[in-house]
Amino acid sequence: MAQLAHVRAVEVRHVKASDSSHSVTVRVTHWITTISFLLLLLSGIAILLAHPRLYWGETGAVGAPSLIDLPLPFVLNVPIRGPGRYLHFLSAWMLVITGLVYVVSGILTHHFRQNLLPDKTHLSGEAIRQVVSDHLRIKRSAKRDAHPYNLLQRLTYLFVIFGLVPLMIWTGLAMSPGFTSVFPAVVSALGGHQAARTIHFFVAVALVVFLIIHIAMVWLAGLKHRVVAMVTGRTASGTDCP
Amino acid sequence: MNKLMTRRKLITTGLGVAAGASGIALAARLASQYGLIPPDNGGVFGIGETLTYAAQRMLMSHHSLAREFSRSEISRVAPVNGDPPETEVYQRVLHSGFADWRLTVDGLVARPSSFTLEQLKRLPSRTQITLHACEMGWSFIAEWTGVPLSDLLSSVGILPQARYVVLFPLDAWWESIDMSDALHPQTLLAYAMNGEQLPVPHGAPLRLRLPRQLGYKNTKYISHIKVVDTVKNIGEGVGGSNSEGKGAYSWYAGM
Repeated sequence: MAQLAHVRAVEVRHVKASDSSHSVTVRVTHWITTISFLLLLLSGIAILLAHPRLYWGETGAVGAPSLIDLPLPFVLNVPIRGPGRYLHFLSAWMLVITGLVYVVSGILTHHFRQNLLPDKTHLSGEAIRQVVSDHLRIKRSAKRDAHPYNLLQRLTYLFVIFGLVPLMIWTGLAMSPGFTSVFPAVVSALGGHQAARTIHFFVAVALVVFLIIHIAMVWLAGLKHRVVAMVTGRTASGTDCP
Repeated sequence: MNKLMTRRKLITTGLGVAAGASGIALAARLASQYGLIPPDNGGVFGIGETLTYAAQRMLMSHHSLAREFSRSEISRVAPVNGDPPETEVYQRVLHSGFADWRLTVDGLVARPSSFTLEQLKRLPSRTQITLHACEMGWSFIAEWTGVPLSDLLSSVGILPQARYVVLFPLDAWWESIDMSDALHPQTLLAYAMNGEQLPVPHGAPLRLRLPRQLGYKNTKYISHIKVVDTVKNIGEGVGGSNSEGKGAYSWYAGM
């Protein structure tokens, strides 16, 4: 009990030490990323529907063995692929440029160190047990402001920002014959052109799962307050975090 | 204090915007000068296309080669998209066993010429095993043999104004590639596939093999090659039939 009180006290200090609202950079990059991601998803589906079969290795075609036949129709006679590709690469540039701004500013402003990297207070056995049990019971944590994030949030955001999104870009570039002529290892390390395509698909699915959980958690935390906080940067006092 | 901060902020923002705008203008001018702007640069999508094309052209050198594979990796299944031209002229050359067929090379060249298939086959050839990746998602590996386009172009003498090579097949279709791709060692006018004469569905008698770009830039059934300084006055001016009209595709397909 005394230990828990100590954890709480440290956290309160932490909240006071760091600015508990989202910075302008975080807010702007968050929403541009949201738009880019939705456009990438939409155009990605348009491209996928030309050939909803997945393979491993370098090659794959109808008539050759597949890894997975997705339960989707082959859409060939609707002119969505060309525009889909134009949109996919435009929004990929949006995402990459925004992502670079976010990562560079996050390093310079200590955003990652302060808000996303778990510190000692998160890594004590008691704190981990608490946050896991809260999440398992879908229980909102006791009164605390939305910042700093709890351990599971931190790990999830770090995994998405430094794991899934870079893997998405990597597997995307691995399918580019121009790019791989300069850096062939980008595709051979993954196991081939079709392997890159298959990984690209599954990472996209993982990102959609993240998006759904993210929206659900924001909903639980108070949709209006959290959206207002991500738009204006203001956090209403007494708002609970997910 | 507050007012001062606001003024300072206003000045730095203003300077930032001005620097950004002139930076973009300068970048656009340099990009145009160094041939980093694709023909389909218009509209919102044109921004993405220009970024992709310029970025890849800056990364790639003449020596960046598409991956080549071993014989054992050649695919059993080699799909195609689309049907052979239904034009009368194609049916005629097909029935003649391509004896009537000629490849015309003209435009910005010193010696406009035409070649029979036999003449092309007597020129020095290159054989390469590369991946053919379709934008739809399928891919296969095959061995192609043909005349490097750069050899053919140097035999007719390219004029210094040359910027694009336009490929006309035996139907109403057309495509174009830039000189960087036209002169690349792996860019072939292929007449054979997997050791045999190029099959009709794969573009007989002659197709382009451009392994640093996706399948749809690998024009089939070629009969006319024209070297130009601009593609603005051909068709809709966006560099090829694929990039025209509803459902258009990127002119640059290295991505």
